[in-house]
Amino acid sequence: MFTGLELSPRSPEANRPGRSVSVIGVRSSYRDRSGASLQALTGVSLHANHGELLAVVGPSGCGKTTLLELICGLQSPDAGTIECAPAALMPQRDLLLPWLSALDNAALALRIAHRPRAEARARAAGLFAELGLEGFEQAHPHELSGGMRQRVAFLRTLLSGKPVLCLDEPFGALDAITRTEMQGWLGRALEREPRTVVLVTHDVEEAVVLADRVAVLSARPGRVRADLEVDLPRPRSRTDPELIALREQALIALGLGAPCSA
Amino acid sequence: MLLVIGLLGAWEVYVDSSSTSSSILPAPHSIAEALWGNAGLLGHNLAITAEEVGLGILLALALGFVLAVLIHVSPLLRRAFYPLAVGSQAVPIAVIAPLLVLSWGFGLLPKLVVIVLICFFPVLVTTVDGLAGVDADQLKLLRTLDASRWQSFRFAELPAALPAAISGARIAVTVGVIGAYIAESQTASIGAYAGLGREINSDIYALQTPRAYAAAVVLFAFAIVCFYTLALAERRLAPWANRP
Repeated sequence: MFTGLELSPRSPEANRPGRSVSVIGVRSSYRDRSGASLQALTGVSLHANHGELLAVVGPSGCGKTTLLELICGLQSPDAGTIECAPAALMPQRDLLLPWLSALDNAALALRIAHRPRAEARARAAGLFAELGLEGFEQAHPHELSGGMRQRVAFLRTLLSGKPVLCLDEPFGALDAITRTEMQGWLGRALEREPRTVVLVTHDVEEAVVLADRVAVLSARPGRVRADLEVDLPRPRSRTDPELIALREQALIALGLGAPCSA
Repeated sequence: MLLVIGLLGAWEVYVDSSSTSSSILPAPHSIAEALWGNAGLLGHNLAITAEEVGLGILLALALGFVLAVLIHVSPLLRRAFYPLAVGSQAVPIAVIAPLLVLSWGFGLLPKLVVIVLICFFPVLVTTVDGLAGVDADQLKLLRTLDASRWQSFRFAELPAALPAAISGARIAVTVGVIGAYIAESQTASIGAYAGLGREINSDIYALQTPRAYAAAVVLFAFAIVCFYTLALAERRLAPWANRP
């Protein structure tokens, strides 16, 4: 379905992957409302290989969103380098355009790329069924549930055709049941449409269930506390002891090690 | 509705029980009679005023919208136009209306100028706010999708500004009716048909007070109809607006 992009399959044995995203020694600051300069990130080095899902976890305000904006080229770092294939951002809020139907929102990137409206809609419509959105093509964003809106926003990001997807807490605003459903769905969607993904989340379990690697950031200024491989077969079970062990490792890196603290 | 009936009833009772002459304060029933008896005349004059106000509002919408977009996209044009636009609202319309009539005659043009001058400003202000109110994150997102400046405008800012502009026009339509009245007051009567404003003035001079009130009632109803027509237009054109 997704032609025009040569993407490597997600199984790590199938290729010797090159880097899609390299963040090397990046420092970044921003100004708060009073104009004071605050360090968001310091000495952050991360990378994601082609077709990999890199999860970035960290406490609130550790510069995760800044990191994604750097990767997407919306900001430049104060120091360090970022090498990255073209990246599309799925922001924390879905930011669907209220005046467009779900279908037109999903197809927005294609319209921006000057594709004819009919073609753009046809391509988006093809994916609607796969994402469980059939029948809602003409619905406007206010008529959709939170989970559906996130799926439309994800589709919009996917249809940008960019090899790297930056997902900023895509399920953070959803209730626990919907979130679990959406995690399963994201995993399946990426198996069908493989991309390099940088997933920012504050949910450690979400990170280890979905990711190939998990980078743990400290509180502000964010620096990398741990970089964990998740070399487990998919689909993963949340009760797999190896997964639980990794989750525990990530929690320890966050300073939340005690088993009862979560 | 009950409020209107109550007020009219009180008015009727007051006029009937006091010895006020109907040429000073006519009772509702005599206004109703004047309304009925002069339906043709009032209808013709309404058509004239409605044309002025309708055209004037459309022109004011267009002018206000275009100016708002210019102000929005260019800080230079903002500095150039905004103070002028604000200043234009301080010009006493009652003073310049006769001057406009002097230079452009008794036709439609000077009336349109007065109405547009009054009405473009609310449209301008609400549209500028509507354009500026677009979520900064939204524009950021469009940039990551490689949208050009024009595409950001077309997909995000323009649709956001549309209901704002119509809201401005809803504010404008009520003052626009006053503008029409002022402009018409300055024109000499050409035959009997010169708009409701002219009608009100000549009736007052002729002590045809019930008819003047009847004309005012028509103007009143016209303003309400315009207001709700624009509200309807807003719901049609921008069904996403005013949703939680």
